[in-house]
Amino acid sequence: MSDTVLLPTERPDPPAAAEPAPPAVLRVRGLDFWYGGYKALKNIHLDIPQRRITAFIGPSGCGKSTLLRTFNRIYELYPEQRATGEILFHGRNLLDPQIDVAAIRARIGMVFQKPTPFPMTIYENIAFGVRMYEKLDKAEMEARVEWALRKTALWDEVKDKLQQSGLGLSGGQQQRLCIARAIAVKPEVILLDEPTSALDPISTAKVEELVAELKEEYTVAIVTHNMQQAARLSDYTAFMYLGELVEFGETDQIFVQPRHKQTEDYITGRFG
Amino acid sequence: MNGLDGPDNPLPRRRRRLDRVMMTSMTLLTVLGVFWVVWILLTTLERGFEAFSPDLFLKDTPPPGVAGGGLRNAFVGSLELLAVALAIGTPVGLLAGTWLGEFARRHPMAGAVVRFLNDILLSAPSIVIGLFAYTLLVAPLKHFSALAGGVALALIMIPVVVRTTDEMLRLVPDALREAAVALGIPYWRMVVHISWKAASRGILTGILLALARLSGETAPLLFTALNSPYFSTALDKPIASLPVVIFQFAMSPYPDWQKLAWAGAFVAMVFILALGLLARWLQARGTSST
Ligand SMILES: Nc1ncnc2c1ncn2[C@@H]1O[C@H](COP(=O)(O)OP(=O)(O)OP(=O)(O)O)[C@@H](O)[C@H]1O
Ligand SMILES: [Mg+2]
Repeated sequence: MSDTVLLPTERPDPPAAAEPAPPAVLRVRGLDFWYGGYKALKNIHLDIPQRRITAFIGPSGCGKSTLLRTFNRIYELYPEQRATGEILFHGRNLLDPQIDVAAIRARIGMVFQKPTPFPMTIYENIAFGVRMYEKLDKAEMEARVEWALRKTALWDEVKDKLQQSGLGLSGGQQQRLCIARAIAVKPEVILLDEPTSALDPISTAKVEELVAELKEEYTVAIVTHNMQQAARLSDYTAFMYLGELVEFGETDQIFVQPRHKQTEDYITGRFG
Repeated sequence: MNGLDGPDNPLPRRRRRLDRVMMTSMTLLTVLGVFWVVWILLTTLERGFEAFSPDLFLKDTPPPGVAGGGLRNAFVGSLELLAVALAIGTPVGLLAGTWLGEFARRHPMAGAVVRFLNDILLSAPSIVIGLFAYTLLVAPLKHFSALAGGVALALIMIPVVVRTTDEMLRLVPDALREAAVALGIPYWRMVVHISWKAASRGILTGILLALARLSGETAPLLFTALNSPYFSTALDKPIASLPVVIFQFAMSPYPDWQKLAWAGAFVAMVFILALGLLARWLQARGTSST
């Protein structure tokens, strides 16, 4: 929403690119993460630019999902998982235990790899989250549901069966329903963890189109195993390896002239 | 079918024979199982035949040696006892089971202890539960009561509901919880709106099966609700119940009472069968839509 509350950066910015870098919405500083005794993220520093798409790439198990899951503290559902360091969101440290984490999650939405429609109607799937934070009357809620479904190009497919179970949709439709559900609460940031890996090419194309559109209004962080997808969609790319952030920069730079050998090897498929 | 399955390959033939043997024995065992149920139903129907009339549901238990009468007070008493058990057992069992299934992961030690204790309660003989309810509600108040009977049944029901709720909630995928929590839904609201909903059929099935089990319990009622020859719905008075009346009447030397006992047994069987079928039906619906 406003960029005025951002803290000054705590380390020198990298040399300015051709166009001025947009302000960062999430600033990650010295982030470590543990699954019990296993350290899955090591000293991550990263700025996620506002209203841009940032892609996270890297071999399986390098910590992409883990990093994304720290941004909304969803890992807290599991008592043996913990994070230390700072993730600044509008100048406040998200990892601060004092913070109202549910309110933060309403502003930082997340879509998972596997579609997870709730066991309720299509309409309720979307209205459920909205109702939590906004008091809308019936007409307003209907308008919101339609808006979210139109955004995700799902409206024409489901407008006649809004009162049917969300579980009855196809996998691709379910995933778009999950994205609709996430944007319906009007978050600022949307985290997408391999949102198309379970989808067919046509559904994938639809979701990609939608993600590209989302950056007009939202800050998007997307994990993907698909290099073309990262190159096509994202403005910035982060390459991770073994729990470390190896390289972060504009997507064009990362894909055309990566600074690190590991990044180059991974992008060109010569990895491992 | 592929080429390997030809008639001269010995393996498929052996497999087919094994298949036939298995099929036949399983069919026989199924028939054997159904056989007893049908036999019991037919026997109770035959022996109680003369007692089947609208009076069975409209008249109360007769004094010994008097012809006619019915089991109205026993039916009503049983339903009231079940209602009391349900009213206490469902919320307590549901909440305790929810704590185990949803919140105990933050307290693994406490969770393990509660699960263990619940399993002990689950396998406690119902007569012990009856004695417990007796010392709790009958001895201090110095009279038997429907309330004490309902509490005894609730104590039998609670561990069953705790167990099924816990297990059904643990079958709900974490992905669903994460999805709801990630929308900014507080954890407990997620539990109420998502986990309970996703597990509702299983939990309901558990409650129905617990009810079916309760409706046949006799021992704990002997110490608590006792019995009564009169029609009563008062919670603080002794009350008739079907299993206890069946026990009393079947053991008696009076043919009229014995016939009523058989008729009551038939109704009890049908009631339990209906609960079982309802549970089955719920389960079947659950698997087809998730
Ligand atoms: N629940 C967990 N418990 C213990 N270790 C875990 C858990 N989840 C992930 N890990 C470990 O943490 C590391 C990072 O996992 P993460 O899921 O973040 O990788 P990823 O980059 O998302 O991989 P992928 O591309 O396969 O999804 C891996 O080594 C993984 O084995
Ligand atoms: Mg992952």
